[in-house]
Amino acid sequence: MLEIKNLHVSAENNSILKGVSLTVKKGEVHALMGQNGSGKSTLANCIAGHPFYTITKGSISFNKKNINKLAPNERAALGIYLTFQNPPTLPGVKISSYLRTAKNALAEARHESPTELTDYLRELKTTMKFLGLPLKFANRSLNEGFSGGEKKKLEILQALMLKPKLIILDEIDSGLDIDAIKVVAAGVKKLQAQGATIIIITHYQRILNFIAPNYVHILQQGVIAVSGDKSLVERLEKTSFKEVTTTHE
Amino acid sequence: MSKSPNNILIKDYQFGFSNAEKYFYREKKGLNERVVKSISSHKGEDEYMRDIRLKALQIFFEKKMPSWGGDLSKINFDNITYYIKPQAKKGRTWNEVPKEIKTTFDKLGIPDSEKRFLAGVGAQYESESVYHQLKQEWKDKGIIFEDTDTALKKYPELFKKYFGTVVPMNDNKFAALNTAVWSGGTFLYVPKGVKMNIPLQNYFRINAKNMGQFERTLIIAEEDSSVQYIEGCTAPTYSTDSLHAAVVEIIAHKNSRVRYTTIQNWSSNVYNLVTKRAVAHEGATVEWIDGNLGSKLTMKYPAVYMIGRNAHADILSLAVASKGQHQDAGAKAVHLAPNTTSVITAKSIAANGGKSSYRGLLRIVKRALNSKSKVVCDALILDDQSSSDTWPTMEIKNNQSSVEHEATVSKIGEEQLFYLQSRGLNENEASSLIINGFLSPIVKQLPMEYAVELNRLIELQMEGSIG
Repeated sequence: MLEIKNLHVSAENNSILKGVSLTVKKGEVHALMGQNGSGKSTLANCIAGHPFYTITKGSISFNKKNINKLAPNERAALGIYLTFQNPPTLPGVKISSYLRTAKNALAEARHESPTELTDYLRELKTTMKFLGLPLKFANRSLNEGFSGGEKKKLEILQALMLKPKLIILDEIDSGLDIDAIKVVAAGVKKLQAQGATIIIITHYQRILNFIAPNYVHILQQGVIAVSGDKSLVERLEKTSFKEVTTTHE
Repeated sequence: MSKSPNNILIKDYQFGFSNAEKYFYREKKGLNERVVKSISSHKGEDEYMRDIRLKALQIFFEKKMPSWGGDLSKINFDNITYYIKPQAKKGRTWNEVPKEIKTTFDKLGIPDSEKRFLAGVGAQYESESVYHQLKQEWKDKGIIFEDTDTALKKYPELFKKYFGTVVPMNDNKFAALNTAVWSGGTFLYVPKGVKMNIPLQNYFRINAKNMGQFERTLIIAEEDSSVQYIEGCTAPTYSTDSLHAAVVEIIAHKNSRVRYTTIQNWSSNVYNLVTKRAVAHEGATVEWIDGNLGSKLTMKYPAVYMIGRNAHADILSLAVASKGQHQDAGAKAVHLAPNTTSVITAKSIAANGGKSSYRGLLRIVKRALNSKSKVVCDALILDDQSSSDTWPTMEIKNNQSSVEHEATVSKIGEEQLFYLQSRGLNENEASSLIINGFLSPIVKQLPMEYAVELNRLIELQMEGSIG
């Protein structure tokens, strides 16, 4: 599904990623770990097409199509979805109508027919209930005046409504209490059940206890230093990034 | 990849069409006593108004150009036509309006709106009203809705009682100019206790090149009455400049309520220098909703003087400045009596090298005890070529009043755009959503038909930019 080959990325003339290769197959869960500044979020943003980053070498392919030059909305139309670490505030942009606009834009790009308003509202209501979000939130401005946890739930709400094929969770668990993590994890499981492929970027083991990864990768200084299975996470909890990456192999 | 949205808001100005300049009478360009006397005599005025005009002309000549606000140095007063009478007689039905002029107003959707949701409509073409009509049911309630020239003749006492009392001729250079050469505008009188729940509208159209339009509007709401009035304006796009210098005076008597809505969409060759002021008596509420989308330079600060206890002012100012435009807009709230309250909400957008300025005055005098005011001004800048500034003045002379002031300037962030794009919206859709969201507190206050129109105008501006 996602094939990243020898990816080199820079921003403002600083080289950040220095040859990342990663293959993610449909239905898999990959965890991406590493210290702050190792390039995890850069990688996530590059997959989604953030204009701040420039690909200097290598390629990102999605379903065998090179997406290096696609606009973010074109990537979204292919089914790529990134949850933001810090979702920006959009004053006056009402959640319910925005989300319908986005849903219709995706449908149009995919040559599908738009969702009927009544069906849309029903789905929105059910999904908000599922995530424990009060229904009146739908009339509020996007990400404005919400707590950190609520914002993360809104990111999952949007994913559930937009039904991506690949979802990249960029530190979705940061700053969440255990109850909120459970709700977010339930949302991710639901996405998985819908057939979504998952990349989880995290510092902590906690969320991986709820969503078991098939593969774990540790990023260090712009390259994947170590890849392995779930046992890598357990080792990491006991020691440190440094030890794991130096003692591996 | 996505860039900053500096190609949006390039105006695809849809009202830039023009008709041939065929008129019943056209004054020679330039301004002097002869021109003023000629205007007065064309209107068949008596000495009362002719003398006011001549006196105002002297004041206009004596007063210096304002040195603040926008760049007024390029206005050539000698190259402007101060009076054009488009037809011999005003129409009482649209069929009596010359075909070419009627077609213009058809294109602007005026007769259609009149049928659908307005209590009365006026239409001014160049200097004169070509149509002015109030529905019978409102006439029966004693409402007077006339063009201002007609009102001077039909209701001289009422006219003289109020004319120039809110905006005196020596108030500022352009108020003096208006007083000297005023023509057309709306005279609206609402008797005691009459509540109009549907709006009245007057539409102002400039057609000729280098035209000056100087309408004069006077609204009087008697005790316990209420009224909503809407003003719309457009002009053809020419390479030379036109001037619009109107004066609007509102008198809101005890416990009355007046709402005045403007959707100014002049073409970008029009200087729009307008004095709008209201006095609010005890318990009265005056609301200005002032939308400025067009013009080359707008300098306009709708004001409310709260002279009676418990009077309230609510001013919403919206300005969109695109290429070659400067919107110097704002509001004035003057608290002259105790327990008066005011809310000023100003929103401006600058794009494509446009400049938006908020200029506001909040004054609470010593005896206006227990007054309250809230001022919020937000600016949104769309690209690096555009700019925005804020000039708020506050004079609070007693310490038993409360004042809140918030001002924000934000840029459409790359992060906001990327966020929405990553959810499936293209760049223009994303910008449009951000702009509409920013403006929503104001758009929500507009009558539905105008909110739709405003959103459509903004979307139209977005559309022209794709590719």
